[in-house]
Parts: sequence; structure tokens; C-alpha cells
Amino acid sequence: MNTSVKELEKVVVRFSGDSGDGMQLAGNMFTNVSAGLGCSVSTFPDYPAEIRAPQGSLSGVSGFQVSVGSGVHTPGDQCNVLIAMNPAALKQNIKFLAPGGVVIIDIDTFKSEGLKKAMFETEDAIKELGITAQVVEVPITSMTKAALADTGMDLKSMLKCRNILALGLVCWLFDRPLDAVKHLLKNKFAKKPAVYDANCRVLDAGYDYGHNIHASVSTYRIETEDIRPGVYTDINGNTATAWGLIMASEKAGRPLFLGSYPITPATDILHELAKRKDLGVKAVQMEDEIAGVCSAIGASFAGNLAVTSTSGPGLALKSEGIGLAVIAELPLVVIDVQRGGPSTGLPTKTEQTDLMQALYGRNGESPIVVVAPASPTDCFTMAFEACRIAIEHMTPVILLSDAFIGNGSSAWRVPDADEYPTIHPRYVPAELREAWKPYMRDEENLARYWAIPGTEGLTHRLGGLEKDSATGAISTDPVNHEKMVNLRRRKVELIANDIPELEVLGDPSADTLLVGWGGTYGHLRSAAEEMCREGEPVAFAQFRYINPLPANTRKVFSQYKRVIVAELNTGQMADYLQAKMPEINIKRINKIQGQPFMIQEVKDAVKRIISEAKNA
Amino acid sequence: MEENKTFCAADYKSNQSVRWCPGCGDHAILNSLHKAMATVGVPPHMTAVISGIGCSSRLPYYMNTYGFHTIHGRAAAIATGFKVANPEMTVWQISGDGDGLAIGGNHFIHAVRRNIDINMLLFNNKIYGLTKGQYSPTSDRGFVSKSSPYGTTEDPFIPAELVFGARGNFFARSIDVELQTSQEVLVAAARHKGASVVEILQNCVIFNNGIHNFITDKEHRAERTIHLRHGEKMLFGPNNERGLVQDGFLLKAVTVGEDGYTLDDVLVHDAHCPSNFLHQQLAMMDGHDLPLAVGVIRDVEAPVYNDEVTEQVAEVRARKGFDTLRDMILAGETWEVK
Repeated sequence: MNTSVKELEKVVVRFSGDSGDGMQLAGNMFTNVSAGLGCSVSTFPDYPAEIRAPQGSLSGVSGFQVSVGSGVHTPGDQCNVLIAMNPAALKQNIKFLAPGGVVIIDIDTFKSEGLKKAMFETEDAIKELGITAQVVEVPITSMTKAALADTGMDLKSMLKCRNILALGLVCWLFDRPLDAVKHLLKNKFAKKPAVYDANCRVLDAGYDYGHNIHASVSTYRIETEDIRPGVYTDINGNTATAWGLIMASEKAGRPLFLGSYPITPATDILHELAKRKDLGVKAVQMEDEIAGVCSAIGASFAGNLAVTSTSGPGLALKSEGIGLAVIAELPLVVIDVQRGGPSTGLPTKTEQTDLMQALYGRNGESPIVVVAPASPTDCFTMAFEACRIAIEHMTPVILLSDAFIGNGSSAWRVPDADEYPTIHPRYVPAELREAWKPYMRDEENLARYWAIPGTEGLTHRLGGLEKDSATGAISTDPVNHEKMVNLRRRKVELIANDIPELEVLGDPSADTLLVGWGGTYGHLRSAAEEMCREGEPVAFAQFRYINPLPANTRKVFSQYKRVIVAELNTGQMADYLQAKMPEINIKRINKIQGQPFMIQEVKDAVKRIISEAKNA
Repeated sequence: MEENKTFCAADYKSNQSVRWCPGCGDHAILNSLHKAMATVGVPPHMTAVISGIGCSSRLPYYMNTYGFHTIHGRAAAIATGFKVANPEMTVWQISGDGDGLAIGGNHFIHAVRRNIDINMLLFNNKIYGLTKGQYSPTSDRGFVSKSSPYGTTEDPFIPAELVFGARGNFFARSIDVELQTSQEVLVAAARHKGASVVEILQNCVIFNNGIHNFITDKEHRAERTIHLRHGEKMLFGPNNERGLVQDGFLLKAVTVGEDGYTLDDVLVHDAHCPSNFLHQQLAMMDGHDLPLAVGVIRDVEAPVYNDEVTEQVAEVRARKGFDTLRDMILAGETWEVK
């Protein structure tokens, strides 16, 4: 057996076990320690849909996949090391193992009871699954018990430490320092010193076990990156979204209000902002989705930076409210963490199927700004941008996140406040106060001015009825209506002057442009980079600003022989772009399985489209 | 009623011409509201009037305050967000029976349950007027309308019952034509901290003319209504000769001096009683066996949602508050790359 030290640019580890086995914690700690060593990291937790499935059952398996190394943009298609804490976890996760990968199992759980719960028909799970990869059988449960034998802990408490024994072994495998793990454990169990001590013991035991089986497993040395100096933290997309809103609130000088209603996979944004009363945030859980958006509209009228967070079904319910914010020209940020649809669909799985709903899902001519973060950490930037655009242009903005980046995490450098621009609310200018009417506009960007209730001399009435463009009174005048429709449309179009241009990565001189939007960035960028390295150059561009499109979009597209739009739906962005640019030959790559792209399948599809074009 | 010296009713009137039908009950309610606002004396720029959709919801356009004419049924939710975001403002929320109790029923009961400090005016004309005459959730069983040509086959809500079901702490009632009563209850609603629901029986002169006539007919009004005032005997009738007494678990109308009933037997109204049992009995009286109650029926202090939010923010900030997002993040799990 090969027992060398393998050197890898990046490595993918998948922790899997029962949902009560603490796989997320072990995975997070491995991630944070790796990031602290200068690796770039990308993670994705894979929770079971059931809240509490029976222990040891197939439906109760929880997974956590992390990619660490250099040039990491995704959690990886397949894993190099799979940790399976029980037979069910092995059965559910063996499909994620890469060729040449290693499986580590807790052999103590592969007894008849555990095998039966996982619906194995024989006593030999490895053979039954046809596993040919190297399987390291580790007595994780019995070693955990042995390490804690003299602590006086009860059995249940002891078994809760199994995940950390597995972590110790993985740390040995990848040469991660235990001191860093112990530091994390100390913070985690700050109020439970006995639990901290027990976890340190099993961590050491797992690490030492690795030393003792050194003869039979290869260890890995993972590359690090030159990472920008600074303070880092591990952040998932939903938390990043919440924090981006707070940063915008600080930069705009307006208090932050969230009106929301629980919905998977967006609820963590509500959770985080509910905690942030320590920063003065007001997060209100309303009685339904409609009340979520409506309370935010009320808060916006009242002068707050107002936000509502939801997923696709909630966005549908909020449509009428968003239309009110469109006609009242109030700043409003609507966050849609997309999931599989239609209807209740696949609530815990990822999809990009709400684009058309975001762009067009309202009655009347109702233009709106749509932006989409590209990665977990980009959620911070794009949440900030959504707020900046909403406030400075007096318009609702929809932020299209998704379950993949919302739950996925990366290491993130904590920015200084001065790295983000000041946001300038368009208050009524002093010189206009005497003559001010509610629909007077900033000449440059056509934004209506924001008169904050409580200000003397600026009392006014807004509403969902069409208003006269000059006086702000109710108007049914046909010509005025057309004028107002065009003003609202033009206002949104002009935002193209206030957003970054579309950036081309990969090999910009290639004749094929691979295009995506939002949360598929990591997979598409990796696919393009790998193809460039493999001698099949591809240019790559990811849209983060969708309506309006970046000003240079047509210019960029016109430079390529073919444009391939890859997205997790049946072609909504491709249709949108094709309608805007009929002259461009747009090809499509689509996947609607509730799962992110795999890098390999994107590469295969791009190659197929290129070769079909060449053969045509 | 003490007069406020700073503002008069005209200070709350906008320059827009009022577009309700001639003879509509809304005119009288609007006048009562202007006067009540002047009495309370909150400056126009510290007042917001937020409405849904329907005839009554046009009201904000006639106010010289901050105003928002929103979408059907959602005024209570929008007013809730407004008040939490800007608690210094006094917020009035205007709805009709269709807007507030049908499409907006969920927001109505939750605003009441939360006890958000807004004044919720419910103009009850038992009809959809703006859509030209369909039955509403307060229309009586059998009511014939354009959408119920053979009569409805459903029972109505009684708004007060919803308020008590949602554990409301303030409920008052008036009749559009009784300007004095309307002003009195609107002022009380404004002064009550928490969600204050005021039901105003309003006449739709076009589509449901006379719907409240059984109550409002001048000839019978004195015997079919009772004006409740905290601390006063529950007396009614043309000469205040009738009174309400307790009869087992129920209320009973008696004539003082007859059947052995004296003035001492007549109940004294206690709007501040924490138990809502008798308040509910009083609010459910409909003018038939017992007189319909107007005035402030329940007015009880309870924790106010927006105050609690503000206090919790202050409490958390005092205990472990951060000045900036960055401070908060740095206090958590981080590592440094040099």
C-alpha cells in the first residue's frame, strides 16, 4: 500500500454521520483550522430534510463537505476522504468519493443492528456496496470510550465526543495543528470545562491513532495561498447577507429594520438579525410573508433601511407589496434565498428558478432592480449593494441568493468600514423644501427625494394610486400615467451607470464565453480555469447585476463567437439575455436537480457545445 | 373635553377636495377625526395616517399629516412596521370591514394580539362600496347583494368579538352621525397606549343605505343604544330610566324602579377591568334584546409591542452592545493572517 505523503493543490473531505453525530461541528473546525493555515476553503453542509429522523437510518444522515487548498472556489464535486460514522452514512455518501479516495469508517458501528437500520442485506457492507477504494476501519466508538473511561462521564456524554476523535484522525491525516483545534474547542465549550477536557482527550486519541496506523495510510500536504493579511472569520452566505445589511445601515446612517417570516432556506437571516439587537437592529417576525414585506414597506416610509427576507414561495406572496414599493418609490430590499420549486418543491435544495419571478412577477409595468451574489462571502458585498442602490435610487431591489451559497461557507476577511462607500440617502435638499412635492426627482438619477416622517414641513401622502408627476396628487390622466411608467423604467435603467462593468475571467481572448449568474460562480469559474489549463481556452463572465445589466454587456458579448449561459433552471437568464440581445448566438447549459453544478459536467457540456459548433 | 391650544382641526386638513359620495358617513368621521387630533394635540408632522383599500381608505389624502394609502388589507401590517421603525410618531390606521376583516383579517388580529401602539379605525358599513355592492364579512346572514342575489349563506364576524378573541386591550364603538361620541372615543383611542380598535358604524348611502337604521333611527336610538363611560352607571333610554343589571352569567336590561330593581342594582362601567368577560358581553349587545354599546368599552393597560422592542434593544445594547459591525465580528471566532 502507498504510504507516501501526497502533495495536493486542494483536497476535499466529507464528514458524514447521523444527524446527532456532530458532523457539522467537526467539519467546521477542520475548515477553520485549515483557513487559519492560509488555505482557501469552501464548504457545504448537507442536512437531512427530516428534523429528527430515527438514529442510524438512511434518512437521518447528515453530511459536511469542505474543500481546502489553493484556488478553491467550490466545495468540490467529489471527496478525496470520506468519513462515515455509521453504515447509513457510508451507504448515502459513497457516491461522493473520488477515484483514488480513502474511506474512514467507525467499524464499531458496522454490527448487525446498525447494518439493519441502514437496510444492508449482508454483514459485509463494503462488499455489498462494491467499494474498491481503500477503507480504513477505525474503532472510533470504542477508542472514544477508552479515552474517557476514567472521567466518570456517562455513556451518552462519552459518545457525543466521537466526532472529535474522528476530527483528530483527520487532523493527523492532513497535518493540522491540534493546538488550533483546542483553541476552537475552548471557545465552543467555554462554560463547560469538563466537556472541553473530554474533547481534548479524544482529539489527541484520534491523532495518536493516526500515528500508529501510519504504515497503512498516506498523509497529505495541502497547498496554501498568499492570502491578503487581515482578520478572518468563517462565514456562510446567509450570515454574510445579514452582516452586509448591517454594514449598509452603518454607511447610510439609517436604522435597519427586517420584517420577515420563517421559510427554508432563508430563515437564518432572520435568526442572525434577531440576535443583532446588540447593534440596534429591529428584526420583526410577522404573521405571514405578506406582513413581512408590508411591515418593511411601512418601516421604509418611516425612514428606516427596510428589508424582508424569504424564499421563492414567499416572494410570490410579496409581489403585490413590492409593486406598492415600486409605485411609492420607496427603498426596499427583498432577499430571496432560492430553493427548488414550483410550489413547496424542494425546500432544502438549491435552484436558480426565481429569476423570471424577480424580474417580472408583478402586475403592471413594475421594473425592479435584481442583483445576485456569486458566493457565500459575496453575499456580504451584494447585500450592501442592494441597500446602496435601493436607498440612493429610491427603488425596491431583489437580492437573489440561493440555498447553496446561503448555507455554504468560506473564510472571509473582515473588512474595515472604510472599504465600503458611504451611502447617501436622497433627502429633500434644503433649497427645495419650500416648493417640494413628493415626486420631485434628483435630475441626475431620477430618484424621488426621501422625506422622513417626523420632519416638520414635509408632510405628504403616498399611495398605490398613480400620482401626478408634478403635484403628487392622485391622477388618472392618461398622459401622466405613461410619463410616470417611463420615469420609473428610466430610473432603473440609469442604475447601469452606478454599477461595475461585467468582468471577463478565464482566457478573455478565447472565442467561447461561458456565462453564469449568482451562486454558480465557483463551479463555472473552476470549469473555465480548468479548461484553460487543459488547453481548451474559455472566457468566463458571471452576472451579479441582472437588472439593469452592466453597461458593457453587449460589447462583451459581441466579442465572442459563441456565448454559453449555464444556470440551474431551464434557461431563464438565457431567455432574458437573448431578448435583450437578439443578435447574439446564445447556447445553454441547464440543470434542474436541486443540486449545484459539478465542475466536470460543466466542462463536458461546454466541450460538447464547442465541438457541435465546429462540426456543424 | 379639554381643548388643546396649539392646533385646530383645520391644521390636520389637507387641501385635497374630499371625493366621497354626498351623504356618505365618512364625511362625518373625517370631521370627528380632525377635531379629535386637534384635541390630542400631536403635531401634524408627528402623525401618520395609513390605510388599505376601499372608500374609507381614501382618508389619508384628506389629512395634512404624513399619510400612506397602501394596498388592500395590509394597512395594519404596514402601520406595524412604521410604528416599530419610528416609534415617536402617532399612527392611525384606517380600514373598512372588507379591507380590515376579510383580506386583512390576519393582520388585524395579529396587530391587536401584539398590542402595537396604533389607533385602528374600522369603518363598518357591512358592504363593499368601492367595488359597487358585494356582501362583506360583517353582512348579516341572508343579506342580498350583487354577489349574493339569493342572500348570503354565512354568518358575519362581529368585530368586537375578533378583538376580544385576539386579546385586545382597547375597544370602542361609535356611530358616524354621533360626532361627539366619535370624537370622545377617538381621543381615548389616541391616548391609550397599545392597539386601540374603534368600530364606527358607517352608512353607505349608495349601496347599503340605512343598514344601521335599526340602531341609528332618531326615534329609537335612545332605547337601542347605551353610551358607556368608565365609572358611570350603565343607564340608557330617552330619560335614562333603563339600566343594565347582571342576571346570572348574562346581562339584562331593566327599568329602574320596576320589578324591584333600583339604581343600586345597575352596573357601573369599569373599562379598566383586566378581565374582558363583561366587556365582551357589553360589546356583543346588538340593540335588540339589549342596547348596542357605544363609547369606550375596554381600555386596559398592557405591555406595548413597540415599547418592548425599543426597551429590549436598549437592554441588550447596555448589556453587550457593540458600536459597529466590525466590533461585533471581532468579538466572535476569528483568526489573523499576517
